[in-house]
Amino acid sequence: MPLVNWFKRKFVVIAGLLTLAYLLLPNIVVTVFSFNEPKGRFNYEWQQFSADAWKDPCGVSGLCGSLSLSLQIAFWATLGATALGTMIAFALVRYRFRARGAVSSLIFLPMAMPEVVMAASLLTLFLNMGAQLGFWTILIAHIMFCLSFVVTAVKARVMSMDPRLEQAAQDLYAGPLQTFWRVTLPIAAPGIAAGALLAFALSFDDFIITNFNAGSTVTFPMFVWGSAQRGTPVQINVIGTAMFLVAVLIVLTSMVVNNRRNKQKA
Amino acid sequence: MKRSSRSSLGRDEMKTTTDAGGDVRLSGISKTYGSFTAVHPLDLTVPQGSFFALLGASGCGKTTTLRMIAGLEEPTSGTVHLGDQDVTALPPYKRPVNTVFQSYALFPHLDIFENVAFGLRRRGIKSVKKQVGDMLDLVQLGEQARKKPHQLSGGQQQRVAVARALINHPRVLLLDEPLGALDLKLRRQMQLELKRIQTEVGITFVHVTHDQEEAMTMADTVAVMNAGRVEQLGSPADLYENPRSTFVANFLGTSNLIEAEVDSRSGEDVVLRAGGGKLVLPEARCAAPTTTGGKVLVGIRPEKISLTHADDAGGIPEGRNRITGTIAATSFIGVSTQYVVDSAVCPEFEVYVQNVDRDTRLAPGAEVVLHWSPAHTFGFDAEQAIDAGLDEEAAL
Amino acid sequence: MATLTEAPPPLVPTAPETGPPRRRGRWTPYWLLLPGMLWLLVFFALPMIYQASTSVQTGSLEEGYKVTWHFATYWDALSDYWPQFLRSVLYAAAATILCLVLGYPLAYLIAFRAGRWRNLIMVLVIAPFFTSFLIRTLAWKTILSDGGPVVGALNTLHVLDVTSWLGWTAGDRVLATPLAVVCGLTYNFLPFMILPLYTSLERIDGRLHEAAGDLYARPVTTFRKVTFPLSMPGVVSGTLLTFIPASGDYVNAELLGSTDTRMIGNVIQTQFLRVLDYPTAAALSFILMAAILFMVTFYIRRSGTEDLV
Repeated sequence: MPLVNWFKRKFVVIAGLLTLAYLLLPNIVVTVFSFNEPKGRFNYEWQQFSADAWKDPCGVSGLCGSLSLSLQIAFWATLGATALGTMIAFALVRYRFRARGAVSSLIFLPMAMPEVVMAASLLTLFLNMGAQLGFWTILIAHIMFCLSFVVTAVKARVMSMDPRLEQAAQDLYAGPLQTFWRVTLPIAAPGIAAGALLAFALSFDDFIITNFNAGSTVTFPMFVWGSAQRGTPVQINVIGTAMFLVAVLIVLTSMVVNNRRNKQKA
Repeated sequence: MKRSSRSSLGRDEMKTTTDAGGDVRLSGISKTYGSFTAVHPLDLTVPQGSFFALLGASGCGKTTTLRMIAGLEEPTSGTVHLGDQDVTALPPYKRPVNTVFQSYALFPHLDIFENVAFGLRRRGIKSVKKQVGDMLDLVQLGEQARKKPHQLSGGQQQRVAVARALINHPRVLLLDEPLGALDLKLRRQMQLELKRIQTEVGITFVHVTHDQEEAMTMADTVAVMNAGRVEQLGSPADLYENPRSTFVANFLGTSNLIEAEVDSRSGEDVVLRAGGGKLVLPEARCAAPTTTGGKVLVGIRPEKISLTHADDAGGIPEGRNRITGTIAATSFIGVSTQYVVDSAVCPEFEVYVQNVDRDTRLAPGAEVVLHWSPAHTFGFDAEQAIDAGLDEEAAL
Repeated sequence: MATLTEAPPPLVPTAPETGPPRRRGRWTPYWLLLPGMLWLLVFFALPMIYQASTSVQTGSLEEGYKVTWHFATYWDALSDYWPQFLRSVLYAAAATILCLVLGYPLAYLIAFRAGRWRNLIMVLVIAPFFTSFLIRTLAWKTILSDGGPVVGALNTLHVLDVTSWLGWTAGDRVLATPLAVVCGLTYNFLPFMILPLYTSLERIDGRLHEAAGDLYARPVTTFRKVTFPLSMPGVVSGTLLTFIPASGDYVNAELLGSTDTRMIGNVIQTQFLRVLDYPTAAALSFILMAAILFMVTFYIRRSGTEDLV
């Protein structure tokens, strides 16, 4: 019976950790296989250890170019979506205006739409307008679908802000613009940062919408997609592992720095 | 109007701003939200240098009134004057008025120093170090300058909020329930502290509170508000001793109210009939017309009443109002004993007796005579609800 | 119950005494909304109209297309591709349920039991996003490969016999079967379930658990009567954020499935990018959109959580 009781008490922990393992298993495989030396064109079966790919991550033609393109698009899409989304979030929380319902729906719909539908309809528009598919069409599409997510993230933060803080600023001789720059924006910053991070991740990892609207331009996910048909070089595992490690490192470092700063001040 | 100043800030500095000030004058000011009237047209003058309290239950319009002075709320009608200047159309950041907000509204992303310096910097003052330092010393927070607001205790945050407003030498300092978030002991301490600061800097304070004790201890003048109107305005003692409505009588302390009928007059006094007995009320202390046969409400504070056992009734001096009854309950408080007495005129008469000599016969069931000086009696119109102000949140 | 599942009250006080000043700058909200709304109107709403018009056009690539109100395209598309539609809904529903079952314990663990590990686990949930999801999906090819350890274990335990009998797998293979596709979908959208669940669980006051325990509720009853109802907003947005993208996905079906597991996304993609039959592709994506909107609206009404944005 003690074993049964122990299991009962720890059930949530065990189940949760199993789910976590399920989430991380592919990343472990990706990492392990970045040290593989496959025989054929595909990197699906373990052959033998080799660090060759890590020594020459750009050794496959087009890989690093596509990576840099994806990073550029993600950067600009994040910038655009964050700026537009933050403005909308502020309007929604802080002001009363007509057609509020319509505005909310228009923001909700892109999140309630399968990507393939948005991708196909956007391509229809571009084809009808005779637009040249490439960097700009991808960027337009990415800003479009990241926008709603930024609005949601920023809105949550702005809603939890005490309106009295801005009133206090006004009471202390700050005009509307100064109030915004000195008080509103700094306090909303965590929400805006969360929205921006989300937008970056969504844009960098997007495949479906990009696939429809990229023309012959190749982003990193499209490069991976293409290689899934033709043959997967070990280098994509290297890039994937590196991105994962960089992300974890950045977050952990910022957490440690934050902790230390809080401790020093307390 | 100027008070003696022991200010560490230097008196001359303060003078330049306060002397130019003048009174706060609200003329016909009102505020409606849709069909709801928060503040009915209101005329109010707050003399310069005074400590003025707006007292009332939540939702009575006191905060709205304060926010209209601050410029955070636009009046539906009427004007706000500071001295001779009409500021009704000025946005808050152009008014020489500062506010201590409820729950303080300290900027969480700025440290204490920058919070206090905020107003000075917005007005383009470059060298703020000395002023901020002096101000932090005034509120005894010099050591905490580089901490963030959330690292301070409630009382310290409150003092930062006061410092942040005062450093701008406003003509009027508005305080919106500034002590509401503090525990009782700290609140008492801060009441004295605020009073000290006000005396020191001599700025007009307009203080909004629902705590009658707070208003009475701190303010020179109190305006009691109810349902968007000012019920009565006066010094704390005046309001307490001579309330002009049942709301004020019940909201400020405790009152025993008796329904009575006007019987006759004798000189300056009115003689009333209540439950077979007679009561005397000075006409000057009655807020209603006293026509013979008309109804009035008579009030008396519990601590003004003396309690005598029925066996000793002969010893009661002539000329006092008296009522007979039976003790229903007693509770021993320490400094006093509170009695609830059932009588023919009022079912639950409250009486507070100082603990000088305790009469052991005064136990539940004992027959007693309540008596008090007619000069302590007050009276008003019987048309109003006898229990107005009773269910409002009690002063905590 | 009904009152518990409602969205939490807005955090901004609505009392007139503390309302923000809204009088000055009556046009400010419109200026703030303008660029973003314009973007969504031009690049989200307008394309829908174009697509609607495309779906009722006839013609060919060479001669061009004309609007002929040819609604038969819809009928043809439905009768040709109803199996893929059905499959999409089934796979997406299965993946959503699996995500809920798998994701809830982890979200609960992070919210209430993780202690000082909370931030680390959060990072581990989010960080895989930065490894392209395509690379991670390809990793499933390795994990589920024929004769690999996973398939071997399932075989030894005779699980595959059961799943084959149910039609989820085929013989000794897991790859290129419905099970693989659902497994991939579940994996891909699991974080979209965990994050909203965590957000709504985290808001629950831990003392409520103690109060429920104090009032004679066993842990299971506490969960059923207190925790789960209070986490409903998270359950609703999590299931939506999983189901909607899963139903339109074609990557998992393409990489982990076979021609027998094609979903509607695969059909739309092929029609649009390879066959270049624009009217059929437009009609298909319109049907998908209508179906999703219909289901989502119904679902939101039922669950009583309308305040999602």
